[in-house]
Amino acid sequence: MIAELGLAALWLAAALAALQLLTGALAVRAGADGAEIAALTRPAAVLQGVLAGFAFAMLLWVFAVTDLSVKLVASNSHSMKPLIYKLSGAWGNHEGSMLLWVTVMALAGGLIALVERRLPERTMQATLSAQGFVALGFYAFLLLSSNPFERLPVPAAEGLGLNPLLQDIGLAFHPPTLYFGYVGLSIAFSFAVGALVTRQVTPDFASAMRPWVLGAWVFLTLGITAGSYWAYYELGWGGWWFWDPVENASLMPWLAATALLHSASVLAARDALRAWTIMLGVVAFSMSMVGTFLVRSGILTSVHAFAVDPERGTFILFLLMLYIGGALLLFALRAGTVTEGTRFAVASREGALVFNNVMLSATLAIVLLGTLYPLLTEAFDVRVSVGPPYFNPVGAIFVIPMLLVMAVGPLLRWRQDGFGRISRELALIGALILAGLVLFAVIGGIDLLPLLGLALAGALAVASFLPLKGRKLRRTPIAIWGMVVAHFGIAVALFGMASESAFSQERLAAVRIGEATQVGPWTITLAGVAPVAGPNWTAIEGRIEASYDGGEPRVLRPQARNFWAPPQETTESELATRWNGQLYAVIGNEAGDGRWQLRLWWKPFVTLIWYGGVLVALGGVLALIGRVLGDIRRRGFRRRLADRRAEALA
Amino acid sequence: MSWRLWVPLLLFAGFLGLAGYQLSRPRNDFVESRMIGEKLPFFELRPATSDRPGIASVQFADGKPRLLNIWASWCLPCIAEAPQLERLQESGAEIVGVAIRDRPEDVARFLERHGNPYTAIGLDDLSEVQLGIGSSGVPETFVIDGQGRIVYQHIGDIRAKDVPILVEKLGKLGK
Repeated sequence: MIAELGLAALWLAAALAALQLLTGALAVRAGADGAEIAALTRPAAVLQGVLAGFAFAMLLWVFAVTDLSVKLVASNSHSMKPLIYKLSGAWGNHEGSMLLWVTVMALAGGLIALVERRLPERTMQATLSAQGFVALGFYAFLLLSSNPFERLPVPAAEGLGLNPLLQDIGLAFHPPTLYFGYVGLSIAFSFAVGALVTRQVTPDFASAMRPWVLGAWVFLTLGITAGSYWAYYELGWGGWWFWDPVENASLMPWLAATALLHSASVLAARDALRAWTIMLGVVAFSMSMVGTFLVRSGILTSVHAFAVDPERGTFILFLLMLYIGGALLLFALRAGTVTEGTRFAVASREGALVFNNVMLSATLAIVLLGTLYPLLTEAFDVRVSVGPPYFNPVGAIFVIPMLLVMAVGPLLRWRQDGFGRISRELALIGALILAGLVLFAVIGGIDLLPLLGLALAGALAVASFLPLKGRKLRRTPIAIWGMVVAHFGIAVALFGMASESAFSQERLAAVRIGEATQVGPWTITLAGVAPVAGPNWTAIEGRIEASYDGGEPRVLRPQARNFWAPPQETTESELATRWNGQLYAVIGNEAGDGRWQLRLWWKPFVTLIWYGGVLVALGGVLALIGRVLGDIRRRGFRRRLADRRAEALA
Repeated sequence: MSWRLWVPLLLFAGFLGLAGYQLSRPRNDFVESRMIGEKLPFFELRPATSDRPGIASVQFADGKPRLLNIWASWCLPCIAEAPQLERLQESGAEIVGVAIRDRPEDVARFLERHGNPYTAIGLDDLSEVQLGIGSSGVPETFVIDGQGRIVYQHIGDIRAKDVPILVEKLGKLGK
């Protein structure tokens, strides 16, 4: 019964999305005469959000009670699983994750229908209509090819479990985080399409879109950061980024969203970069759709291949064609009539932001090309794999200039400025970079890219605080603080990346129990090996005593786990975290003569990568709070102004 | 100026075409062994059950062709394959099993439930033999000639239609 309720709500929500598409489109056509029809669009969007939310709640319910007559529960859950993993199982699969996607999208659509009042009503109608169109495609996908509420003819006796690699608290929340990001970008996409339809690409449009882009960007940042940490400690390979197609699929929307965020700021503040912002709005959502397509269709080989299904790939490709093809066609036809907006000088805040946008877009193109290249060559039956030797140096060509401008740009004034005015700051940044280069070159043995990274990171960290110079700290807008924190976070993460790459030490050793080995400043003793058992796995657990520089030993217990439903082996690495880095230990198989394989890494300052990521996201949150508070204040001000006028007239 | 606005759409159309083409192509996930025609690598596996011996590569050079079945008690297609292995055994084939990453008690339970067509079963705890002969999954079945040379590889579970093919391969070697 619960499942049927959920399904019914989903059908109704789909019908409302269709209604929203229709009334919105008709209202745009009719213009001022369409007020009666237009009045239907917002309520339809709100109700659609409520119904989709209800459907998702029903899915959570059947997972919580492990209703094994529902196919999705039977194939993805298990009565013995802890409740939190039962619930996360609801979205840890294709059907459930698509329902989550649709639900968040519908809720977001309902929210803009409720609160967004500053755009011209006609643009708003076009936006909601576009939003209904996007949502409708996903509803069709769910209802026609991946119904999450499908019943089994005969209830299963027991569920088939969840991929044990996915039974991890970080991972339970990793995909939804990315989805929130993707959905936020779908809203930005709808805004862009709406503005393109009515040709009203105004600063108001940018301010309306910006909170959604910011929100999406925060979630994407967190999602990528968490995903990177997950790959780091779960896969047991010691690396934190593998340029895997699925990782790239999450990085590309982030790059596009970062560019969009900055160009929307220019449009909101200075009424410039109109067509470019629209284009980025379309591209950012395209990248999330392309990413989803690459992950789901399985046309690229990846460590994340658990979600593969070519038939669904075809469906997503079809949706892509409709949405993105349609939007790009509209762009080609309309963008020529969107005037370019206000002009500005090269040495200005806008100039720096444009440079940043071009570099980000170039980086995006590099990543996209590298990700799709195997697809291209496979069409000619050549199998290649594109990895770090391509992405790192080629990406750096664009990232390094971008980081340099990131240090300088926020110091420049809008519209027109001269570098002479900020010559002291420029000299400081230049001196810091030079000092960093000399310092780390003296240490020696560091490759060029990590060396540049280390030197830049130090200078960037200082430069990110320079915009606060001369401001009263307590009166500085929250959004400025957001920018400072986010830029500082980039510097912190960059330092972590460069340090990991420059100073990591690795040791692969076969040791008997009681024997010791060295990695970096650590002395590692294998104290014992014992079998342990968990709820659905058994493992060999090593007991390792690790002592830093002769200090008090810490005990690490890495495991090699065997899951039995379904059978799978995973390595559970163990980490010893210090302020200045992490020791990373993995235990392997017995070599046969009583010796055990140990893989050890000492990674100085590696944790800064993820702390940096969190800081960047925190900066985004601050900026979002600043913008939303600003909007509310401005709305209150406008209302008071209108009231006063009304009083004056009366 | 305006032709530039069409560039994104054209690029996107290119991507669509490429992706659509790739999706429409049949996907071949089977990885053929490069060891076909080669001698078996050296191995010795301890027995997986108390009533059957383990296996060693040297035993294959006694002039008698055999089937080498890579399987595991945890593998669902192996259950589907079990009746076909019985039929192969009835038609006179000698089948030796390599149980991948398995436990003796699970092996015993599986054989009790689904039948035991094997003359010998070895435990391959680390997939060493599996990797050594170029098998990428379970189940797979290899035809080994009387000199211990790998002649033929069957990837995936053996269906009813595959039984005559395997019988014929063995029959050719027998003469």
